Amino acid sequence: MIDTDNWDWEPGRKTVADLSLWQESYSYTEEFFASPDGETVAAIVRNEDEEFTVATQAPGKEIQPWENAYEKVWNLKYGPEGRLSALISDMAEWTVSTDDVPWENTFDFVWNMALTPAGDHIAVSAQKELQYSAVIDDRPWETQFSRLTGMALSQDGKHTAAVVETVQVLEAEIFKFRKGCYSVAIDGTPWKQTFMNVWEPCFSKDASHVAASVRTNYQDYTIAVDGKAWDRNYSSVWAPLFSPTDDTLIAPVKENGRWFLATDGGKVWDASFCQLWHPAYSQDGNRIAAIVAPDFGLWTVAVDGIAWEATFNEFLTDLVLSPDGQRAGCVFKHDGMWGVAVDGKPWQGRFDMAWKPVFSRDGNHVAAKVETNGSYTVVVDGIPLDRSFSRLEAPIFSPDGSRLLLRGVEKDVFYREIVDLG
Amino acid sequence: MTDSTAVPDKGTDDQGILTGVEQLSPEKIERIINEVLSSETGAKLKVYVDTCVSCGLCSEGCHFYLSRDKDPKFSPAAKVKQTMWEIMRKKGKVSPEFIKKAAVVAYTQCNLCKRCAMYCPFGLDIAYVLSVMRRICHRLGVVPLYIQDTAHSHSVTGNQMWVKDDEWVDTLMWQEEEARDEVPNLRIPLDVEGADTFYSVIGPEPKFRAQLIYQAAMIMTAAGEDWTMPSTPGWDNSDMCMFTGDYEMMERLKKMHFEAATRLKAKRIVMGECGHAFRSVYDMGNRALGWKMPPIPIVHAIEYYHELFSQDKIKIKKKFDRPVTLHDPCNIVRGRGLHEMARSVVNSTCKTFIEMTPNREHNYCCGAGGGVINCGPPFKNARVESTKIKAEQLFAAKAKGAEVVIAPCHNCHGGLEDVIHHYGVDMELKFLGDIIYEIMEIPE
Repeated sequence: MIDTDNWDWEPGRKTVADLSLWQESYSYTEEFFASPDGETVAAIVRNEDEEFTVATQAPGKEIQPWENAYEKVWNLKYGPEGRLSALISDMAEWTVSTDDVPWENTFDFVWNMALTPAGDHIAVSAQKELQYSAVIDDRPWETQFSRLTGMALSQDGKHTAAVVETVQVLEAEIFKFRKGCYSVAIDGTPWKQTFMNVWEPCFSKDASHVAASVRTNYQDYTIAVDGKAWDRNYSSVWAPLFSPTDDTLIAPVKENGRWFLATDGGKVWDASFCQLWHPAYSQDGNRIAAIVAPDFGLWTVAVDGIAWEATFNEFLTDLVLSPDGQRAGCVFKHDGMWGVAVDGKPWQGRFDMAWKPVFSRDGNHVAAKVETNGSYTVVVDGIPLDRSFSRLEAPIFSPDGSRLLLRGVEKDVFYREIVDLG
Repeated sequence: MTDSTAVPDKGTDDQGILTGVEQLSPEKIERIINEVLSSETGAKLKVYVDTCVSCGLCSEGCHFYLSRDKDPKFSPAAKVKQTMWEIMRKKGKVSPEFIKKAAVVAYTQCNLCKRCAMYCPFGLDIAYVLSVMRRICHRLGVVPLYIQDTAHSHSVTGNQMWVKDDEWVDTLMWQEEEARDEVPNLRIPLDVEGADTFYSVIGPEPKFRAQLIYQAAMIMTAAGEDWTMPSTPGWDNSDMCMFTGDYEMMERLKKMHFEAATRLKAKRIVMGECGHAFRSVYDMGNRALGWKMPPIPIVHAIEYYHELFSQDKIKIKKKFDRPVTLHDPCNIVRGRGLHEMARSVVNSTCKTFIEMTPNREHNYCCGAGGGVINCGPPFKNARVESTKIKAEQLFAAKAKGAEVVIAPCHNCHGGLEDVIHHYGVDMELKFLGDIIYEIMEIPE
């Protein structure tokens, strides 16, 4: 959820940083990241004291390293509001630092940093003395577990959920394992129910419910909501997904060798597929699309149960719906080359790689980053822009969809460029 | 076919099998078997089983049979008779005791190496038939304890060694730190979106053989590779669920692996020296998910090393000067035909190469493959006894002067370590990566 209204949308190119100066200043520099508005770049660097830190640069300004430096820094990430966070370690103690302000709590390890869509809350998974928990904004759970994975952060940033081991199972205890030793903990409190396996917990929009895929025995998979399993079992399931508007929950399920889209009450679509995964809702919750294989080895997108006619013979990924839900786009791979398809029609160009399409706010335009021979550009509505970069971040449309923000490197200079799509 | 005669059985003390069998009833066995036969198999299984004329030509193809003084019980055809042939003939009406014996045969007396298929005049794939038996055993909950535990680890962690999420990243950082003593700016790049190459390994590497990650990082750096590794589950390309018959979990694992790579927009996956993982990502797992081929190219370490030398990507100081022989892993030789490429790499890196015989696609299995070594201590003695022919093969190569056995596969390493120790072969065992790291020019 990036608020782009107040950004500088004046067409033209601005130099953000001369990266050759960074190479002169630091003996070690990792890859550069641009802030969402493109006005700053940042990278993990090693300073003269052989310590790691983060440095940033804005147009016309000097390279600005953080005041604090550490033994290790990783997972550097800009939030949507432009704050810069990383996982840092000193004396074998780990924590989170945002804009050079570290959390007070430290841990033996932290990972899986997650940010809310607004960027105002940060969560990590943490381990201290071999006990595991989740932490939001420097506040760890009060309860720890012997194992934790798959942490999810609610949209409002107030809650975390994760798969936890509630009955400690040691290696080779296979019969104990079968009884069910795993559950989901929300803010440190586990469901009363345990399962043989639990995966992919997710929150409903208002965070009042948590769902996960579960296996109750070797044969039976289903979905559990707030600890209660659906009445019906399946031979397999993939990750569930809540509607963005209410508590409706859907999940791909497998029955008699075919995949369906199901809800607790039964099938959402009549159609079945050789494969079905990664369902996506439109923002109003009225449309659902999913990646499907109508036949073995053929991939496409189904919208409201109707598969596109065009199919792709290697791979399909990065399904996205336009904000109004009327359009769908994806990345595909066909005959060894990558491409972008929108509304069932593959764009003409074929590339060495293609990135998730981005829709303008009104849904009228689509842009996607693509790569050919190590050079990157953006294709807008099927037509490549007449410029290329050696590194490029995802394009962002102006609020009215008439301009595009590019953030990329050309000849060792990081540029911010606004392109008028006229 | 005629009825098979009863074969004396020493029994098993494996608790996974024994306790699993205790929970069976004839009704449950019949129901599960018929569910598998009707919904998961078809003409292929029936043709394979019906076509076998018991000619016995497959026997000479099997290292169990050859190592066990040609005991007919270990002939591939006899293994089918002791398992699926009987099950199909009786339409699933078999006893828990039968399932117990069938589980031992299917999981521990066949490496699924597919050598016998080359000797069958009809080309019958007996490994497939025994995989169906394993699938039935999995559905019945009758699986050897140790490999079942490994499958459980896969289901919880996404890797086969119960490695926790933090332990994985911590191990990579540890190896990076160690390597920086040698190359100050070396990096094991975590989660670098858009890197050309996604490097994946198997669970035992961070757990027991972290030096292999170190070596791979050194090789990638020397080659100037644009590469990355994931900080998330999906880093482990291995798959014991494929061998227990837990195909739903195999699918989940492969989805996790390919999505870890495609999420980072990698153009290819280069994998370490592992055979069974290759089978899982290149054949079984990808196809179970609906992909005819892997969604992005899978490059086995042998192919990658071949690329390094054929494209002159790394320099060597001098060739490895001890005489070597090469073990051909089943899954990448009979499963992919990488044997000539492997020889090219050996000739690029080693001064003296002595072939073991038979070789290439006719090579004998190490005895560990197909998950047999993962069935653990209860079956170790029987497994090693069944590799006498492999020991003889190694002794013959040694007699020609070979001192080092190169085995570009993890499970082969485990199996060959036991063979070398048990039979007193006294040869050193190495990965190709060990040799390349030893002789390469280290980057500055």
